[in-house]
Amino acid sequence: MCGIAGFVGASMNEGDAHAALNRMLASLRHRGPDGQGTQVDRDCGLGHVRLAIVDPEGGHQPMDNGHGTVWVSFNGEIYNHIELRCMLESHGHRFRTRSDTEVICHLYEHCGDRFVEHLNGQFALALRDSRRQRLVLARDRVGIRPLFHADHAGALWFASEPAALLTVLPGLRRIDLRALAQTFTMWSSLAPRSIFAGMHSLPPGHCLAIEADGQRTLSRYWRWESPEQPTPRPFARFEEASAHLRTLLDNAVRLRLRADVPVAAYLSGGLDSSVIAALIRSQDSAPLRTYSIAFEDAEFDESVFQTRMVRHLGTRHTTVTCTRRSIGDAFPQLIAHVQAPILRTAPAPLMLLARRVHADGFKVALTGEGADEVLGGYDLFKEAKVRRFCARQPESSWRRDLYARLYGYLEHSPTAHPALAQAFFDAGKADSDKPWYAHLPRWKTSSRAMGFLSADLRQALSSFDPAEELAPQLPGGIARWSPLARDQYVEAATLLPGYLLAAQGDRAAMAHSVEGRFPFLDHHLIEFANRLPDHWKIRGLTEKAILRHAVADLLPSSIARRTKQPYRSPDSSSFFVEGKPMDYVAELLSPQRLREAGYFDPDKVARLMAKCRTGNARGFGDNQAFTGIVSTMLLDHIHVRDRYGGEGKT
Amino acid sequence: MNSDRALIEKQVHHYLLQNLMFTDDESQLSVEVSLLDEGIIDSTGVLEVVMFLEEQFGVQVRDDQMLPENFDSVKAITDFVGRLQSSS
Repeated sequence: MCGIAGFVGASMNEGDAHAALNRMLASLRHRGPDGQGTQVDRDCGLGHVRLAIVDPEGGHQPMDNGHGTVWVSFNGEIYNHIELRCMLESHGHRFRTRSDTEVICHLYEHCGDRFVEHLNGQFALALRDSRRQRLVLARDRVGIRPLFHADHAGALWFASEPAALLTVLPGLRRIDLRALAQTFTMWSSLAPRSIFAGMHSLPPGHCLAIEADGQRTLSRYWRWESPEQPTPRPFARFEEASAHLRTLLDNAVRLRLRADVPVAAYLSGGLDSSVIAALIRSQDSAPLRTYSIAFEDAEFDESVFQTRMVRHLGTRHTTVTCTRRSIGDAFPQLIAHVQAPILRTAPAPLMLLARRVHADGFKVALTGEGADEVLGGYDLFKEAKVRRFCARQPESSWRRDLYARLYGYLEHSPTAHPALAQAFFDAGKADSDKPWYAHLPRWKTSSRAMGFLSADLRQALSSFDPAEELAPQLPGGIARWSPLARDQYVEAATLLPGYLLAAQGDRAAMAHSVEGRFPFLDHHLIEFANRLPDHWKIRGLTEKAILRHAVADLLPSSIARRTKQPYRSPDSSSFFVEGKPMDYVAELLSPQRLREAGYFDPDKVARLMAKCRTGNARGFGDNQAFTGIVSTMLLDHIHVRDRYGGEGKT
Repeated sequence: MNSDRALIEKQVHHYLLQNLMFTDDESQLSVEVSLLDEGIIDSTGVLEVVMFLEEQFGVQVRDDQMLPENFDSVKAITDFVGRLQSSS
């Protein structure tokens, strides 16, 4: 895992070029503390900071193909690099190192731009073809590793994180209001839009080629796709499909254990991470090191289940217990790394966990991320199933009663009263044909944060629908996909790359130089799961039914049968100590600072702060709005005004 | 409108403006607008409203009264409180 940065099309002398690359790399140092390199070829520069995981001695980057004609700067892992190397060697390619980076160089020579289709991994990379004087940027299929780019004076600049681009292009230090509106609705901006005006995120599954004459081609090489209905099933029997899923999972874990450093695993206490840890134990006789987050708040804590799994697997385990105070204290550092507003504090405990993992000497951790998107685990999917079921017979009271079976883990369940639940979930019933029908109640709750924007911003955004940029990105045939497949697609196109793999994934872990690996996001597994019928994923209201069946022999029954409890952490209460806002919160949310920044209505924010301070903000809407306001003001302070003191910039 | 009802309506209106809409501007909430359709009450906001009604007006809201028609507007809430008070 590493950080990359660079440019193409910039006219600079070589000294200035290396200096610009080094400025960007300095802000990415936390991603790669083990080494740094730059390479300049005419108008193109590549930079790299390295977290050495595969071939620690031979993997220095940027790396060339042995002839200086193809150079690669690469962040991530290519899990099938051994198989690709064998294939390339059989075609006469010769290698100097054991690294996966060198495989990319040769694969490009062998296949041209289609090289990326052969990669199984998580990556963001820049490849320079010196002979043709072109640059290719590529990002993995689902967006595990980040890649941002921006134009300036005819040149294209790119980097793993926005902050690196801000060091060389200070003109980008402006918030994109439409991105803010998208974040305050869908939890993140929608690629290619980023939170900084004029800066773009390369969408997952895409390549961007920049030719010698400056011509650019953005192309998609992979898409999260499901078959149109009706469709023949890939397997006649559930048991057969379940066995195949197990094989794919075994393989995905086996590939992700490839490393020249020890590998740890996260254990949340839920099904997904337990499956991964159990599969590691079944494949590797070495002692397994596991890590968990615990909370002092019982509502969020899953320690009981974590302990059960630790005993079952016999792992050497460490728990990091998070308090509201520790979350609030860590939040400025988190936003320094996330470099975007967020509506939840949940990435903060994961950053604190990564700090401990790093301190223990680990660079890699496998997690259960992705299982809910791939195999239908989210409450939102079940909620949508009940909503669609109720919509068929709106007068049926027993159908309505199904709402009460959702969200049982919440202290204040929105579905405790079925009649009210139906009214809430009727949000967007006029849009029942829209692919984002399932997401409308969540988006409606989140968008309460928009009500706190200043009058100027609300006016500027009055005609902007945050979802409007999603529509043209949808696959043409999505209306003919099954309902669950549509819901999964929207989740995989919005929350997964925009928030879960970014703020809560890459940024939280890389803040402390830890690489997350996610077997459930192996593209072979995704492609298989997307061909399964809905009811093999959600059977009745049991989520991930086929996964539970496939791994039943690996887990204690209390874990295998456990209903999903989404990972959450205390939100607005984390920003107050003994009824008073933390110092930075009081300062950033003071009327003067709010007026100066201009994003929010100071009077409304003061009222919301009073509500949160007195512990009366119980709903998701208020909590998300408050977290969104604090994080936006921190973003403004740290990255727009460049006023950060430095404790968070590791 | 009798004076009791007017007082309840005023208090409910004020509570919703202050605690769910974070404003003093009364023109932003008419008494008949749908709180559910407009997203003014979110999925847990109704619990805040129930707590307010129970504390402010000394009424008890039963589970079987947790219905959209009792909570969907300032007017509906006011009528609901009136019914609870007259039946107690």
